[in-house]
Amino acid sequence: MKWKFKQHSVLPGFGMTLGVALTYLGLIVLLPLSLLVWNTSSLSWSEFLKVVCSAQIVASYKLTFGASFLAAVVNAVFGFIAAWTLTRYRFPGKKLLDAIVDMPFAMPTAVSGIALTTIYAPNGWIGYWFAKAGMKIAYTPIGVFIALTFIGLPFVVRTLQPSLDDLDKEIEEAAESLGATKWQTFWRVILPSVLPALATGFTLAFARALGEYGSVVFISGNLPMKTEITALLIYTKLEQFDYAGATAISVVMLGASFVLMLIINMTQWYARKGKK
Amino acid sequence: MSIEVINITKRFGHFTAIDNVSLKIPDGELVALLGPSGSGKTTLLRIIAGLEEFEPGHDADILFHGQSVVGNRVAERRVGFVFQHYALFRHQSVFENIAFGLRVRRGKNRVSRAAIRERVTELIHLIQLDGLEKRYPDQLSGGQRQRVALARALAIEPKFLLLDEPFGALDARVRQNLRRWLRRLHDEIKLTSLFVTHDQEEALELADRVIVMNQGRIEQEGTPVDVFHHPKNAFVMDFLGNVNLFHGRVVAGQIVFDSAHATREGEEVPLFVRPHEIELSADNPDDTGFPATIRRVQLAGAFAKIELVDGSGKEIYVEMSHEKFRRRPFDVEDSVFVVPTQSVVFHEDYVI
Repeated sequence: MKWKFKQHSVLPGFGMTLGVALTYLGLIVLLPLSLLVWNTSSLSWSEFLKVVCSAQIVASYKLTFGASFLAAVVNAVFGFIAAWTLTRYRFPGKKLLDAIVDMPFAMPTAVSGIALTTIYAPNGWIGYWFAKAGMKIAYTPIGVFIALTFIGLPFVVRTLQPSLDDLDKEIEEAAESLGATKWQTFWRVILPSVLPALATGFTLAFARALGEYGSVVFISGNLPMKTEITALLIYTKLEQFDYAGATAISVVMLGASFVLMLIINMTQWYARKGKK
Repeated sequence: MSIEVINITKRFGHFTAIDNVSLKIPDGELVALLGPSGSGKTTLLRIIAGLEEFEPGHDADILFHGQSVVGNRVAERRVGFVFQHYALFRHQSVFENIAFGLRVRRGKNRVSRAAIRERVTELIHLIQLDGLEKRYPDQLSGGQRQRVALARALAIEPKFLLLDEPFGALDARVRQNLRRWLRRLHDEIKLTSLFVTHDQEEALELADRVIVMNQGRIEQEGTPVDVFHHPKNAFVMDFLGNVNLFHGRVVAGQIVFDSAHATREGEEVPLFVRPHEIELSADNPDDTGFPATIRRVQLAGAFAKIELVDGSGKEIYVEMSHEKFRRRPFDVEDSVFVVPTQSVVFHEDYVI
């Protein structure tokens, strides 16, 4: 296909809207980010490597990416079930449940962090029973994982809902009339149909978890090499007036996140393109 | 195989969609379920497929080839169901769509890859879509999608084919072609088929037998010729083609037409006359006609269509062959006599 820069449309304003979109993105997103890179450049290459590859920081990368990924996976599964329940069934209190889904969006993250810590600490409601069974949740990587799951859930549910709403009931009936079991209908028909939305929800939840700070710092306990997330280390460096060090770690996080998002989006793009 | 529906009732809340319906579809026939929207025809089709439950009753039953299938799941009934909006799987190619019913078979019913390929290729050839097996539903026209839906249903070698408004979403020309193609296909494979339609022309042209439904009940069933020429009641007559309603009165055992005011002596009788069973003449020799004025003459089409108004403002529709019209042409504003040549009387109240 030949690339057409200007597409004809009844509504005028392609040039203007593109201009506004680019300026807006530039000011709000790209300008601060480029300053980040600019600041880092005050470090020499070897200094930069020394900062970003120190053992403590590498441990934080592992925790942040690992816990974020796991949290996003868990959210993809349970978020799917929640979205399914909310779109498919009618039950008393449905509206209320629907509203509760947004709570992690709306609550100040520090508040959720303190609330989660209170519940999962060894003397908290839930933590008490786990402590009795010899398991610690708060102040361990499990706590970090729980906090990241909490803040990521709405992303999956909210991106899936419209997609599930659009799913024609006839499609399921057709699959069944062709002899598919409920399970086969789910795997072969429903899941592939909403996979793009699920992937988007997963990506958003994952991205959000990577940058999360407020809700994690309380429940994690911030033990060096064990439960420190990268965002916390950046903050610590800032407090020590090590701006160059802080921005160096940020640049690594930013680069890694961007590459991951790009890969996820590209796979989706290819998957969709294959069908057109 | 035959389908038998016995005393089936279906209610949605307080609304009775199917009201104690019984019917039998003989082996190998192509049968139309004809009725206006809301007459319960689609619900009945879905009940036969097992997609909808019916009200339990001690004598209510559905038999396939003499065996009750009540309690069997949709998947177990092995019916080919073609949905009104096709319900194709958008993320799957034409090939995969058709193969679906074979791929989901497990255990001893499992179909080998080679057998699937062979069967699907055969079906794609049958629906004349050779070369398009890699396309996705979004890349097909309406008629092509419809045929894919049909092939997908046929792939499981169903006992019957049930089609819900199979041509409803297509434009007129495609519809006509697909209709003839479906009839030829049926003559070839002889699969007992039931299709739902609200288009009387479609039902009369395509089906071996027509079942006319209204308000959850069966009004009449029979061959197309039967239901068209011998309608049992006013609803069937009206639904199967335009009719003019006249008032007549009985005079000395004979019905005499009366254009508008039937308040004279004798019993008043509603008379139904089809547009092609009316003569127009300049004079009124046997005193059997009544006067009317021509309002519109429409000559494009297979027939000449003439619209008239009588003295009371009632509209009358007349159809005649072009040949007949040429022999005695009429013009707008002409005053003529309307002479019904055939009419039907139903002893019941029915309002058109």
